[in-house]
Amino acid sequence: MARIASGSDWSFEDIERFDAVLAELAAGFGLDTYPNQIEVITAEQMMDAYSTVGLPVGYAHWSFGKRFVEVENRYRRGEMSLAYELVINSNPCIVYLMEENTLTMQALVLAHAAYGHNAFFKGNYLFQTWTQADSIIDYLVFARDYVRRCEQRHGEQAVESLLDACHALMNYGVDRYKRPPPLSAQHEAARQAAREAHLQAQINELWRTLPVSPGPRETAAPQRFPPEPEENLLYFIEKNAPLLEPWEREIVRIVRKLAQYFYPQRQTKVMNEGWACFWHYTLMNALYEGGYVDEGFMLEFITAHTNVIAQPPYDHPGYFGINPYALGFAMMRDIQRICESPEDEDREWFPEIAGSDWRETLDFAMRNFKDESFIRQYLSPRLMREFRLFALLDDDQREAYEVTAIHDARGYAALRNALAAQYDLGCTEPDIQVWDVDVRGDRTLTLRHHQRDRRPLGETTRAVMRHLRRLWQFPVRLESVDEQGRVKTVCRVE
Amino acid sequence: MSHIIDRRLNGRHKSAVNRQRFLRRYREQIRRAVAQAVDQRSIRDIERGERVHIPTRDVAEPVFQHGRGGVRRAVFTGNREFVVGDRLPKPEGGGRGGTGSRASNEGEGEDAFVFELSREEFLDAFFEDLALPDLVKTQLQRTTRHKWVRAGYTRDGVPANINVRRSLQNALARRIAAGAGWRRRLAELEAELERREAAGDPDAELAGLREEIDALRRRIAAIPYLDEFDLRYNNRIRQPKPITQAVMFCVMDVSGSMTQEKKDIAKRFFILLYLFLTRNYEHIDVVFVRHHTTAKEVDEETFFYSRESGGTVVSSALELVREIAEKRYPLHEWNLYVAQATDGDNWDDDCARCGQLLAESILPMVQYYAYVEISDIEGKHLWREYEALAAAHPKLAMRRIREAREIFPVFHELFRRRPAAAG
Repeated sequence: MARIASGSDWSFEDIERFDAVLAELAAGFGLDTYPNQIEVITAEQMMDAYSTVGLPVGYAHWSFGKRFVEVENRYRRGEMSLAYELVINSNPCIVYLMEENTLTMQALVLAHAAYGHNAFFKGNYLFQTWTQADSIIDYLVFARDYVRRCEQRHGEQAVESLLDACHALMNYGVDRYKRPPPLSAQHEAARQAAREAHLQAQINELWRTLPVSPGPRETAAPQRFPPEPEENLLYFIEKNAPLLEPWEREIVRIVRKLAQYFYPQRQTKVMNEGWACFWHYTLMNALYEGGYVDEGFMLEFITAHTNVIAQPPYDHPGYFGINPYALGFAMMRDIQRICESPEDEDREWFPEIAGSDWRETLDFAMRNFKDESFIRQYLSPRLMREFRLFALLDDDQREAYEVTAIHDARGYAALRNALAAQYDLGCTEPDIQVWDVDVRGDRTLTLRHHQRDRRPLGETTRAVMRHLRRLWQFPVRLESVDEQGRVKTVCRVE
Repeated sequence: MSHIIDRRLNGRHKSAVNRQRFLRRYREQIRRAVAQAVDQRSIRDIERGERVHIPTRDVAEPVFQHGRGGVRRAVFTGNREFVVGDRLPKPEGGGRGGTGSRASNEGEGEDAFVFELSREEFLDAFFEDLALPDLVKTQLQRTTRHKWVRAGYTRDGVPANINVRRSLQNALARRIAAGAGWRRRLAELEAELERREAAGDPDAELAGLREEIDALRRRIAAIPYLDEFDLRYNNRIRQPKPITQAVMFCVMDVSGSMTQEKKDIAKRFFILLYLFLTRNYEHIDVVFVRHHTTAKEVDEETFFYSRESGGTVVSSALELVREIAEKRYPLHEWNLYVAQATDGDNWDDDCARCGQLLAESILPMVQYYAYVEISDIEGKHLWREYEALAAAHPKLAMRRIREAREIFPVFHELFRRRPAAAG
């Protein structure tokens, strides 16, 4: 086989040739991907992409400017290097390559993003359920234009304060259990007017039930509204906030849709990166074995690869938690190992996959799990030993931290549970839901926070509640329910 | 199949709008940072960006999150010596759970959000709603200098400006055009003559033909070679040339009554004016004139940091300003600005002289005369004198400052946009 190219300078022809070979190799491994749209960009454009959380089209907001300034400063001062790539979950899958990359890095990025991430976006059940890769760009264009029109009509300040409020609640703007209807730009634009009118009519209907005189409260068990607690706060606001203008509801909806779009990414960091790293590693080696690249190329690749998947120990100054690239890559490789050369321990822990076809097993794992369940399912004792994992308990009622499990036979199960819980958004984010609206009184909106492990809410709670007040436009209240069922009002904004 | 697109050339500054939104949102903090920077910099060191610190809590985007307390569990890597049941002391000060790394992760929240303003943004923040006083008028005044530029050709002018090439072109064209009919006729007659001569016609019959040919030749020869209206002259017109340089006179009282503190305030005021002028002029000279009973031109260092004692004669400085301006800064090349800072003390006898100097020779020359009095006491003699003048001369602006923090608002007021004047 002929070398594709050597040296560190790249040309568009080189990228094309690499892409063609990688596509062939990937198909040989059975990777199912969207078509790729590979875009070569400058460092500044990469910072742009960073600051808009990777969205190629976005509405204007100061927080993106803040992020840009932040990234730019740190980049200028040499405190951070930019990611080599950025990839967008769309169809065709948009892959950004930085022009500063060397040829090796471009090939690495192609393998990592254009074949690794791409296949993950197309295959993983969360992405399949919650995102529409075909129409996201259309929807972003619709969102940007709509927000811009609102700015022209209602003023930038009004839109900005609304977006601030929505962003504060963005993590609570996702549906967890039902599939959203498909999005499309024309569809959205066409339905938007109808939706406005319809919504507004419903709101008015709701508040028409207000009593004429503040007579004595009915003694019958008061009907709660909403009848069931609602965990999607932005959805509840969009549908029920009494005084929001139609355009405000639409913007709430836009932020909600974006939150939903990002929801799978927040839950599959380890898997997604692990999968992409696994495939760039596998494909790069296949390139070398096929004689497409030389040793110099491989050395540069291995250096970059090792940096990406480095995992310093907990007491290292460079420790910033568990590196999702490291954990993900190690787990993917470990599954391959269990399939190809299982040991007795593996046969005991993973009887179904030990000795099976690694491609099928990995494919199944990629399609059907998220970080939490993936770790729960596949983290092997061997890997726990390699990472030298240990679990720590921090109870504010005790004097000291306690080591509750380490990488030994007694600790494997506990470690695995503890690590999985760390990636469970249900554990890491406070559980807050809409509980009640005082429909017959002053329209106070009550949220309920269900405590776990006695963990209270942070200092930012009041600020978020003020944002909620901005959306609801009547008093809002937050109650906290502890594990004994005692209810306490945490915060009230009149 | 993959498509490869080169995006490097488009979409630059896509985030510019977001950056602008960000700057607008934190305008107050940025203004404060800029004002502070101006306080600390020297006049010459003013033209660069500034690092702005904004408390992180101000730029934070709050979300619901867990606070400290309760039971937390975390998994870490790199265990060497721990076994189950080990107890590790918590860090002092009730730090958050986890080990050092976690604390440092979240400790970032305590810092300030720091970013660099570019030079342009720095100055923009500074001059946000400022403009040159009576900007329109100033622009008109600025265009007093002209230069001659070529502007095509004209039919009349002085002989020195005749454009030979253009004139001869015109003459040639006119000669061709004027003689065209005759020459055609001439050619026909000559051809006929030749034909009939060859046919052996008698000379007598050809005489008339020959006569006509001669007449035509004379007429053609009579067309003037160069006529009056062929002449074209190079056209030159006067074009206004804006003056892009300004000189700024800093006049300061350094008598015994001016304490270092007061001088400091004065210095800041001068910096502001200097900065302001750099926004409008390509080149700026700064002249430092200090005075007590006599005036002297000095360098910046001496101006701000040396101390004199004795009385005050303000007019001495004004005279020096006038002298320097007349000698070195001709009005058709320079815009003149004067900024004067005193504590308002002056010999009573001298005040009338000051007013006269200002009204008669200085105010007519300058674009702007800014007077600040750094003093607690109102109604000093010099102030009253200037006040009377200011009523009649919009170029003279005056303010009283008591302490450093008043400079910025005062400056704003001095140079605020005057909508009426601009119209």
